Amino acid sequence: MADEPLILGIETSCDETGVGIVRGHTLLADALASSVEEHARFGGVVPEVASRAHLEAIVPTMQRALTEAGVTLADIDAIAVTSGPGLAGALLVGVAAAKGYALAAEKPVYGVNHLAAHVAVDTLEHGPLPEPAIALLVSGGHSSLLLVDDLARGVTPLGATIDDAAGEAFDKVARLLGLPFPGGPPIDREARAGDAASIAFPRGLTAAKDLAAHRYDFSFSGLKTAVARWVEARQRAGEPVPVADVAASFQEAVCDVLTSKALAACRAQGIETLVIGGGVAANSRLRALAEQRAEKYGIRVRVPRPKLCTDNGAMVAALGSHLVAAGVAPSRLDLPADSALPLTTVSV
Amino acid sequence: MLVLVVDSSTPAVTAALVEVSADGVASRAHRCTVDARAHGELLAPQVDAVLADADARPRDLTAIVAGLGPGPFTGLRVGLVTAATMGQVLGIPTYGVCSLDAIGYPAAAGEPVLAASDARRKELYWAVYDGAGQRLVGPEVSTPAVAGARARELGALVAVGDGAHRYAEVLDLPVRVEPRYPDATVLAMLAAERIRAGAPGERLTPLYLRRPDAVAATGRKPVLP
Ligand SMILES: [Zn+2]
Repeated sequence: MADEPLILGIETSCDETGVGIVRGHTLLADALASSVEEHARFGGVVPEVASRAHLEAIVPTMQRALTEAGVTLADIDAIAVTSGPGLAGALLVGVAAAKGYALAAEKPVYGVNHLAAHVAVDTLEHGPLPEPAIALLVSGGHSSLLLVDDLARGVTPLGATIDDAAGEAFDKVARLLGLPFPGGPPIDREARAGDAASIAFPRGLTAAKDLAAHRYDFSFSGLKTAVARWVEARQRAGEPVPVADVAASFQEAVCDVLTSKALAACRAQGIETLVIGGGVAANSRLRALAEQRAEKYGIRVRVPRPKLCTDNGAMVAALGSHLVAAGVAPSRLDLPADSALPLTTVSV
Repeated sequence: MLVLVVDSSTPAVTAALVEVSADGVASRAHRCTVDARAHGELLAPQVDAVLADADARPRDLTAIVAGLGPGPFTGLRVGLVTAATMGQVLGIPTYGVCSLDAIGYPAAAGEPVLAASDARRKELYWAVYDGAGQRLVGPEVSTPAVAGARARELGALVAVGDGAHRYAEVLDLPVRVEPRYPDATVLAMLAAERIRAGAPGERLTPLYLRRPDAVAATGRKPVLP
């Protein structure tokens, strides 16, 4: 176990500067600096603000991770970094940092896919991932359903959102209800006191005619508009808005679609493992509903603890560790940051 | 003392190794590629290449000097984060120098000069230097017309830098061909005193000169007609 390679992971694709250190499947450090508060007044992540924050945070965050793990950069065997997808300017800070660390420490660097890293992080909590598996990745930036047949070499996209990401819908509905940004945690909290069956909000792309073309795709834009219409109609009538009921009903609509499509994919492919990752995986109702529905079909749901679901460096280190173990070749030093890196590319 | 120099504040992505001694600064290896869109791809291989050219390893470095800009943010950060992370691994100091100084200082041969680089959005990053190469005003960001007028007021007789080439007509000053981009040896020269003294390194903070583009969330538009 002590002779397993020591892998460092760097994540800067959005507003979190993450540095994680793992040995094999063992998490040694997970240091994070977030610029979320600087973005709050804008109601969304401002790319240039995020890039500036990454540059300021990377060296101290690295120092914290090394201290936490009790290792030095000379002990590291390889460095993994998110090379995409994400915000171009933000990714570039992390990629350039990883190359600087790799160059100076004379170690290999792996440019990796952010979404594959969201899947890989679960190995730190639940051990090796049975392949094939289905992964549902839901956050403010992505909503994807994937078939993971070989996490080291390629995953197959099954479906994705055709408009807003799931987390984006949470942010927009939270704003509508006067709740803070990011919207996931406050909606989850409000929803606990609400009645999820009180308002019938639409389930996007679940009608028979939509399923033909979009069997595993998602759409949250219509849901967001429906919530806005419902709330505005109340306000115009001079009636109070039942925030908890709206939050619970909205959240139920999102979780219903996500879990039913993810489990449909498992059943269609005869797959017994569903991994859920991304910031929205921290939502308590999504976890509960997925487990409740999966049980009926004998499907095992794997969801890492909330801190590992949101963006962090540990997930990148976990994927790097998997790649090294699988004997995948490292990236070249001219490795680019690619804001639109396709899912089929696990490492660059 | 072997020193790594990086600058990514202009389209010229630069990495160099210099030898700083008691009597001067000498270039050992130098790589420069002009490409405004590939700083992230180009810089690290160039650092690797200059080390190989000089038959040196990273652990042979004594210090790192980086051009702090001003310059287009995305590219500029590549140089600074490269310098900062390498410095952290090697436990050596990093020193920042205003990138325009490495254009204006070598150009000021007895007469005041305007040094300018392209700030995009039809503006320039610029500074004015006296005849000895000391910065009088700047760095600032403004339209070429404003930069030219201010420089002429300050007695500048000539303009240098890539930005000056681009807006020569508006600046209304004769443009000298070289230096067009920050000179790596000059960047090291401007930090040489600190390098020789083993002065504490500094945190490399970009000279942004502009606030981030950020639009505050406004009142939501109703969806009902
Ligand atoms: Zn993510």
